[in-house]
Amino acid sequence: MSMITVKDMCLWYGDHQALHHINIEIPEKSITAFIGPSGCGKSTFLKTLNRMNDLIPGVKITGDIRYEGTDIFSREVDVNNLRKKIGMVFQKPNPFPMSIYDNIAYGPRTHGITNKVQLDEIVESALRGAAIWDEVKDRLKKNALGMSGGQQQRLCIARALAVQPKILLMDEPTSALDPISTSRIEELVMELKEKYTIVMVTHNMQQAVRVSDYTAFFLLGELVEFGKTDDSFSQPQDKRTEDYITGRFG
Amino acid sequence: MLNQALSNKRKSFELLMKGLMLLSVALTAALTLFLLVYVLLQGIPNITWELLSTKPSYLTESIGILPDILNTVYIVLATLLIVLPLGVGAAIYLTEYATNRKVVGMIEYAAETLSGIPSIIYGLVGMLLFSNHMGTCLMAGSLTLVIMNLPTIMRTTQESLKTVPQSYREGAFGLGAGKWRVVRTVVLPGCVDGVITGCILSVGRILGESAALLFTAGFAHAVNGMMDGLAAPGATLTVALYVYAKEQGEFGVAFAIAAILMVLTVLINFAAALVQKYFAKRRSL
Ligand SMILES: Nc1ncnc2c1ncn2[C@@H]1O[C@H](COP(=O)(O)OP(=O)(O)OP(=O)(O)O)[C@@H](O)[C@H]1O
Ligand SMILES: [Mg+2]
Repeated sequence: MSMITVKDMCLWYGDHQALHHINIEIPEKSITAFIGPSGCGKSTFLKTLNRMNDLIPGVKITGDIRYEGTDIFSREVDVNNLRKKIGMVFQKPNPFPMSIYDNIAYGPRTHGITNKVQLDEIVESALRGAAIWDEVKDRLKKNALGMSGGQQQRLCIARALAVQPKILLMDEPTSALDPISTSRIEELVMELKEKYTIVMVTHNMQQAVRVSDYTAFFLLGELVEFGKTDDSFSQPQDKRTEDYITGRFG
Repeated sequence: MLNQALSNKRKSFELLMKGLMLLSVALTAALTLFLLVYVLLQGIPNITWELLSTKPSYLTESIGILPDILNTVYIVLATLLIVLPLGVGAAIYLTEYATNRKVVGMIEYAAETLSGIPSIIYGLVGMLLFSNHMGTCLMAGSLTLVIMNLPTIMRTTQESLKTVPQSYREGAFGLGAGKWRVVRTVVLPGCVDGVITGCILSVGRILGESAALLFTAGFAHAVNGMMDGLAAPGATLTVALYVYAKEQGEFGVAFAIAAILMVLTVLINFAAALVQKYFAKRRSL
């Protein structure tokens, strides 16, 4: 079953069209990788899925995006609720300048949970979910900015998990990290797909092969190819995909 | 040979420039020091407990500046109490909510210009706007100072709002936080230093202001509580300094006030530097 269905979606930044007629169905409880050369619109498309683009002035979107059947741009949709369901992890770890605990509790508190016992539980399970509980359980009251980059990124994943999303959007979550932190995050992501639908932008072809179940290849604002990762990489349907993954450009 | 001559010429030019710059530094330092020492030497001997704790009396022919001290405190408090919410609110609106960049730019430009206008003009406008309706009183003076300090508070708050990383806002929005929650929990805590700096600068300006207050707050020296004080005319320390020196020829008292103001100014600058240092350290954590 598909979690998100996109039909004939176009996006403009002012006069500049960044996305052209995108059609895609993102399958549930799996990892979908977005690959493609720099500037082809991967981040733009990712941010459209939870309407983070609303924050950028001058963005115009046409077409249809449905989350579990609901048009995400319809008037009845509360954008804050949409972002609660569709969480996001950014390229650069961006913990808030507060304690580890408060970082994780930020989302639940935003959505009205104030009970201390309940918050404690959520914080612990989110940190466990992001495989960082053992490292931080003794310093939950410490400022999160004192952690290493890899820990900060896992904290950000935990922070996203704490609001119990259905989908996690990740924009190059490992590009700012060292190889060890990267492989920890990759392992984590593969565990998370048991419960969550994950969409991940990556510049790293090997990472896409290692981690993802499906791959979408973008080029110049178009979705050139979308399919099972194994197929896309072994027998690409489109000549441009083949050129890209064999390193002929990009 | 030629090269040697050229480089000698260059060297002596360098030396000359260095000498000139040194001279200007020395002059600046000497002037500041002279002013400070002169005022303190003239003023401190005239500061007595009697002066600080009484009001002027025609009966005993004595002068006391307690009312002026109180008036200064009242006017500072009242002004900050009004200008802070206005200035911080305006700054938040302009940086976080407003979408029309042109209008924002215009308002910022206006604020910039406003802070360069001579204060006597504020006094004139304040007199027409406030004193003519509510009478000459500290409150009218305070409202005039609000207009004067609004741009300062707004600009310093805005500047520090801009230093709050965009990624914090994105992170919060990404968790489903609404605009106001993002502002309250992520943006505002990051701009406390700007607000405090703005406050300190404003207090300094209020302490130093005379022209705008002469028009609006008057010169009375009565001891009042805060509420009554604000409703009545009154002189702040700076205004009192002017009155005692110019109208009554009481230079001893004038210099005593000058010394007090000078010390306060030094303290305020010190506090501002301290706040900035504290927050710079916290940010770099
Ligand atoms: N805020 C913006 N305003 C205007 N144009 C933008 C904005 N963000 C992105 N663009 C443009 O949209 C196009 C797609 O950008 P996007 O960031 O989505 O690419 P990307 O595939 O994520 O690239 P990268 O791999 O470098 O992250 C680019 O041409 C870019 O210049
Ligand atoms: Mg990108």
